[in-house]
Amino acid sequence: MPNLNLTNILVAVVIVIALWLVLTFNGLIRQRYHVKEAWSDIDVQLKRRYDLIPNLVETVKGYMTHEKTVFEKVTEARTKAMGANTKEEKLGAENILSGTLKTLFAVSENYPDLKANANFLDLQRELADTENKIQASRRFYNGNVMDYNTKVATFPTNLIAGTFGFKKEEFFGLETEAEREPIQVKF
Amino acid sequence: MTLYTQKSSNIRKTWLFFGLFLIIVIGIGWAFSRIYANPSILYFAVIFSVLMNVIAYWYSDKIVLKMARAIPVEHKNAPELYHIVENLSIAAGLPMPKIYLIREKQPNAFATGRNPKHAVVAVTEGLLEKLDRSELEGVLAHELSHVGNRDMLLSTVIVVLVGFVSIISDMFLRSAFWGGLGRRDDREDGQTGAILMIVGIALSILAPIAAMLIQLAISRKREFLADTSSALLTRYPEGLASALKKISSDATPMRAANNTTAHLWLDDPFKGRKKTSWLRKLFATHPPIEERIKRLREISV
Repeated sequence: MPNLNLTNILVAVVIVIALWLVLTFNGLIRQRYHVKEAWSDIDVQLKRRYDLIPNLVETVKGYMTHEKTVFEKVTEARTKAMGANTKEEKLGAENILSGTLKTLFAVSENYPDLKANANFLDLQRELADTENKIQASRRFYNGNVMDYNTKVATFPTNLIAGTFGFKKEEFFGLETEAEREPIQVKF
Repeated sequence: MTLYTQKSSNIRKTWLFFGLFLIIVIGIGWAFSRIYANPSILYFAVIFSVLMNVIAYWYSDKIVLKMARAIPVEHKNAPELYHIVENLSIAAGLPMPKIYLIREKQPNAFATGRNPKHAVVAVTEGLLEKLDRSELEGVLAHELSHVGNRDMLLSTVIVVLVGFVSIISDMFLRSAFWGGLGRRDDREDGQTGAILMIVGIALSILAPIAAMLIQLAISRKREFLADTSSALLTRYPEGLASALKKISSDATPMRAANNTTAHLWLDDPFKGRKKTSWLRKLFATHPPIEERIKRLREISV
């Protein structure tokens, strides 16, 4: 019965295609969720830094009477970073904030009294640690974005990604071009 | 590439092993029930071995930590170690594992725990003393990669499979010697029966060895993979490479070294017997250090 055979084959093909569609779609959803999750990890660390800064400024105020602009700039940069809406804006503002903090700690070298303040040293250590954690979460986020973007852009997943509106995500603060490339592994 | 990719591939492999395991169990169960009228001994053995391994899997972390005499570490006792682990788990997207310290002078480390939520990373005192920060980062990233790659899950399932194969072969050998398969001799002429017997005995001797070799090969492959993932996490493969060099050239013995846990450690805790003949390579839980360092240096970040 050639007729029945043909319908059987057709049904099988349709089922396989439908299955592939569902699996690929779910895979994309899952990866997009990974990216979102990784972004919130960065957010947690950035918030931690925002919370530490007022304490730092409060501690420094009493000592750095001659260099008000230094810690005023930190406060200003913090406000700007907290108000940033897009990832692009956020990245720029965070970089400026890191810069102002660096200046502040450099200037603090001129104040031996401040350097002897236990509270200040604690804050300095914690901010340095937070900076490392921001780097770490950023790396995790960028790794996830790279996986997701590769999926969205390559055939045949790109057909589904295009149809259902999966868009490429932005990287967050890549230091070097090399980070954009997948790591080369030889087995 | 993130650890997510590795994780899903490992979980897939675990299911594959489970599937294979089931097929083999059913197949052998069927064969035995054909040979004997009463397969209850076999069922008992299967249930027993599975149960044993499930328990082992569930309590493996506690047992292993007890065996190594490890003590938990708080943030205030070792803030630097704590921060390194914290940062690496953020970079790996893993929950913060518990950290344990082992009072041993040999620099070494291991990771255990049935899933990332119950993960444990243990380091020896010697490791903290002898390595600098970037080396320590490489080692800890290697251990965290084992957690992230779900290597514990995979290796436990493999242990179940290997244990099962040895039980089956053992049973076959016993029954062959005590004439349990005697029914066959009556029918055929002696020759075919004898050949079948010899093949059966040869297989039951070779199968467990083959299974064990597969287990060891997988264990070695997981080490390479964890090395690679470590390089991925720290983006500095030289850190782990130089740590491995230091660890391999360090001859301090370990008091808590034990055959059953040897495959868990960063490097083989039994030191001294340094010859890498093909036979030793075949039975090693870890790939030779020189090869691991060579591969790490081939990674371009």
